[in-house]
Amino acid sequence: MATAQIQLPLPVLPTGWSAEKDFKSVNSLSTPVHREIEPVGPHFLAHARRKRHKRTFSEDERIQAAENVKKVEDVDDGDISETEDPVMLQRDAKDWKNQDHYAVLGLSKYRYKATEDQIKRAHRKKVLRHHPDKKAASGSNEDDSFFKCIQKATEVLLDPVKRRQYDSVDEGADREPPSKKETQKGNFFKLWAPIFEAEGRFSKKQPVPKLGNDKSTKQDVESFYDFWYNFDSWRSFEYQDEDVPDDNESRDQRRHIERKNNNARKKKKTEDSARLRKLVDTALDLDERIKKFKQQEHAQKNKKRIEKEAEAKRAAEEAVKKKEEDEKAAKEKEAADKAAKVDGKKAKEAAKNAAKKNKRVVRGAVKDANYFATGDASASQIDSVLNDVDLVIAKIDNEELAALTANLNGKKDASAIKGVFNEEVARLKSAGKIKDGEVKSME
Amino acid sequence: MSEEDGPASRVAIGLSFGNTNSSIAYTSAEGKAEVIANEEGDRQIPSILSYVDGEQFQGAQAKAQLVRNAKNTVAYFRDFLGQEFKDIDPTPCHQSAHPIEKDSQVAFSIQDTESEDVSTVSVSEITTRHIRRLAVSASDFLGKTVNAAVITVPTNFSDAQKEALRKAAADANIEVLQFISEPIAAVLAYDARPGASLSDKVVVVADFGGTRSDIAIIGSRGGIYTVLATAHDWDVSGTKFDDKLMEFFAKEFMKKHKNEDPTKNDRALAKLRLESEAVKKALSLGASASFSVESLSGGYDFTNTINRTRFELLSTQIFAAMTRLILQTVEKAELDPLDITDIILAGGTSHIPRIANNIKNSFPEGVNVWAPATKSDAINPSELSARGAAIQASLIADFEMENIKESCEPVVTVTPHLKHALGVLCISGDVAQGKFQPLIEADTPTPIRRTATITTPREGGDVLVKIVEGSRHIKVNKVENPAKANGATAKEADSDDSSEEEEDSDNDEEETREKVWHVGKVIAELAVKGVKKGGKVEVQVDVRPDLAVSIIAREVGAKGGVRGSVEAPKLENGSA
Repeated sequence: MATAQIQLPLPVLPTGWSAEKDFKSVNSLSTPVHREIEPVGPHFLAHARRKRHKRTFSEDERIQAAENVKKVEDVDDGDISETEDPVMLQRDAKDWKNQDHYAVLGLSKYRYKATEDQIKRAHRKKVLRHHPDKKAASGSNEDDSFFKCIQKATEVLLDPVKRRQYDSVDEGADREPPSKKETQKGNFFKLWAPIFEAEGRFSKKQPVPKLGNDKSTKQDVESFYDFWYNFDSWRSFEYQDEDVPDDNESRDQRRHIERKNNNARKKKKTEDSARLRKLVDTALDLDERIKKFKQQEHAQKNKKRIEKEAEAKRAAEEAVKKKEEDEKAAKEKEAADKAAKVDGKKAKEAAKNAAKKNKRVVRGAVKDANYFATGDASASQIDSVLNDVDLVIAKIDNEELAALTANLNGKKDASAIKGVFNEEVARLKSAGKIKDGEVKSME
Repeated sequence: MSEEDGPASRVAIGLSFGNTNSSIAYTSAEGKAEVIANEEGDRQIPSILSYVDGEQFQGAQAKAQLVRNAKNTVAYFRDFLGQEFKDIDPTPCHQSAHPIEKDSQVAFSIQDTESEDVSTVSVSEITTRHIRRLAVSASDFLGKTVNAAVITVPTNFSDAQKEALRKAAADANIEVLQFISEPIAAVLAYDARPGASLSDKVVVVADFGGTRSDIAIIGSRGGIYTVLATAHDWDVSGTKFDDKLMEFFAKEFMKKHKNEDPTKNDRALAKLRLESEAVKKALSLGASASFSVESLSGGYDFTNTINRTRFELLSTQIFAAMTRLILQTVEKAELDPLDITDIILAGGTSHIPRIANNIKNSFPEGVNVWAPATKSDAINPSELSARGAAIQASLIADFEMENIKESCEPVVTVTPHLKHALGVLCISGDVAQGKFQPLIEADTPTPIRRTATITTPREGGDVLVKIVEGSRHIKVNKVENPAKANGATAKEADSDDSSEEEEDSDNDEEETREKVWHVGKVIAELAVKGVKKGGKVEVQVDVRPDLAVSIIAREVGAKGGVRGSVEAPKLENGSA
């Protein structure tokens, strides 16, 4: 064999790759498939020579090798054996339209699921058994009507178009939907799944969704019913057509029958669609899952509403409460204000009285101190001192006045009184209330 | 193949023995296989024997006797050989001698001597007589007495049938060197042509015969063949085309002569069949053919013409069934149409151009369909198996019989085949993944050795050779054809024919399929260091019969290189 050329480049050796002698064995090959090579051609001869001279073979090895070969040829298997109904064997081939083609070939348990290969093998098997020559050999009469039935069945089933036409009206594959009462006893899925599976054979869209079980999700269930409500069927009813006469003379008659057939087909198709629709309706009606989903949805909605109402109620209550509290607080405040006002008035009057009294005391004190003069005080002296006292009184507030009064109280000595006044003036000066030189007599 | 070389002066021919036709071929001194014509000039000799007053006719002459002497004419008997009566399908013999049961074996009741007595002749005896006649034709042509042959048989021929055939041939003084299966013979006939390359191929051999169709998928790996799957169909065959033509001409005849139904009359039916077959053959060559039978029924002559288009219309279903059968077999072999490299059409029915064209259309482009209609250098499909047999005969004629038998033992023929393809990872767009380049395809029998030279990165340096298993997957891309979709909507707008719309909406989606490799197990990694700029690396993978692998990688032109071996996988329940 010539050397192959590969044009794509090899990858660069990754850094860090290392192995003993630059070779790393990773895995063994997958287990091989044993097959038989054909002992033909010059290259096989070379192969045989190589192989044979390497080993001696015993009978055991030979058998084992032969046994391990993957079988390429089919062995006629038993999957198409069915007992033949003696009534069926008596069938007249002319009545082929009414025969069950699958049963004739022994495929009644496969029906529309039978593969082309199965049909061919079944046909062959039946032919080997029922061929008229075989019957003649076994001495029975030369009745080949069942053989014709077999041929007709094969003709129909091996033609994809004819097979669809027959499958459309194959009653053997139809399944009677269970009644409401039966379903209501339970077992909805077990009873209905085969119905939908059987109906699904007519679908142009494959695969057909499965009915599922009570654990299916809402989405699955919805898409299932969506599929069935939009069912696209290839079912047709040509097979049940009335035979169109095949002669040229009665053309009108022929047209008439053709028209009749066409109408019948259409009618049957409509009926079939309606039937299916009704079937799906019934199933939908009986499907517990739908009810369950509705309840769940309902519960979901209700839950929301209740929550909302509770929230609203709570908010209202809170508002009422808050209002009450506010009112209460306001009332209390009002009462307090009123009381305070009354108290304030009294205190004010008392303070006023006290201040008057204090002022009198202060003025009296100055008088007691002989207006800080030695000997008799002149009128101007008295005047200036009294003015200064009034200034001090005006500058200080009631409390300070009270303190001043307390200091002056009981003091008869003129110097002590003057000292108190001087202190007071000094204090006021330091506080910045009286400027230097404003109060001359008390500095 | 010549007398002095072979043991005991053996002269061997290739013999294709079919239900409908047989043919004989020899390999000339230059090593070219040629099909021998018999005395009448036929290369396809009908497998029919007929007896008239003790005289034996064979081939075309016997076929002509089907009309007037059907009872003493034996046809379509090959498949009955070595079978019990309960297992045979006598359908093809409706218009010839009917098979009967004799000691649970198949026999024919014919009048084969001059006397009036009817004798019962077993199918084995019939076969012997037939082979004897073929051998005589070959001997006359070669000028030497033929005494050995390689005979082709269908892949589903049982050992009992082979044994019966061997015995029947021995009775005709022909030693059967080997039985080879028909599809393999066809592949061999193509592969033995000068200049044919022995690349790895997956070949579909579609053998459409007269009474049956056989499909075989064959893996061809360096000239060693493995049958991957087979299918046999008795419902799709050449006679079905004859039936369609017969039906057509019978109807045409009835239009003219209302009260004469040729299908009700055995003689007329036989005439119809013979002429229909001739018309079918003529239509494979020309665009129209004329049908003419003298005194078809009720003394009326009948002539008519038919063109190829009409014939193709009549038989669309058969064409479709043939294509379906091939596709199903491909599926059975767990392959995809994309895996197929060649399709060889064999058998007389393959002359019909439509079959080849249909098959070509249902496979991807680039698949070689070997049929006269699609390839001008195709070998005559009718001769393929005889040629293959002749080639094999020339190869083994020199060997001792014992030697040949030993070579056909399962110990020699049963070989482990690789489950997955073996290849090397190369650089592609996706650096992390690498691109799988197969060195050895799946289903290759071991031992096998393959070498490949692989380019390196432009700057050279150290490179990694990663040997991996790869599995083939079919990637299906759905492409919506916008032009077509638009066309469909436009059509919908102005057309109110609902059926047309439906058809359009069905096929506005197009699928493109492509073959992709998935990388599987890593088998080994090798480093080739210091590759020169622009250098190439040569990788040799050698898989031993026990599936141990040894790998050598070196730079082309350099000495040494890296070598190593991978251990054989653990054996499973004693398989070799």
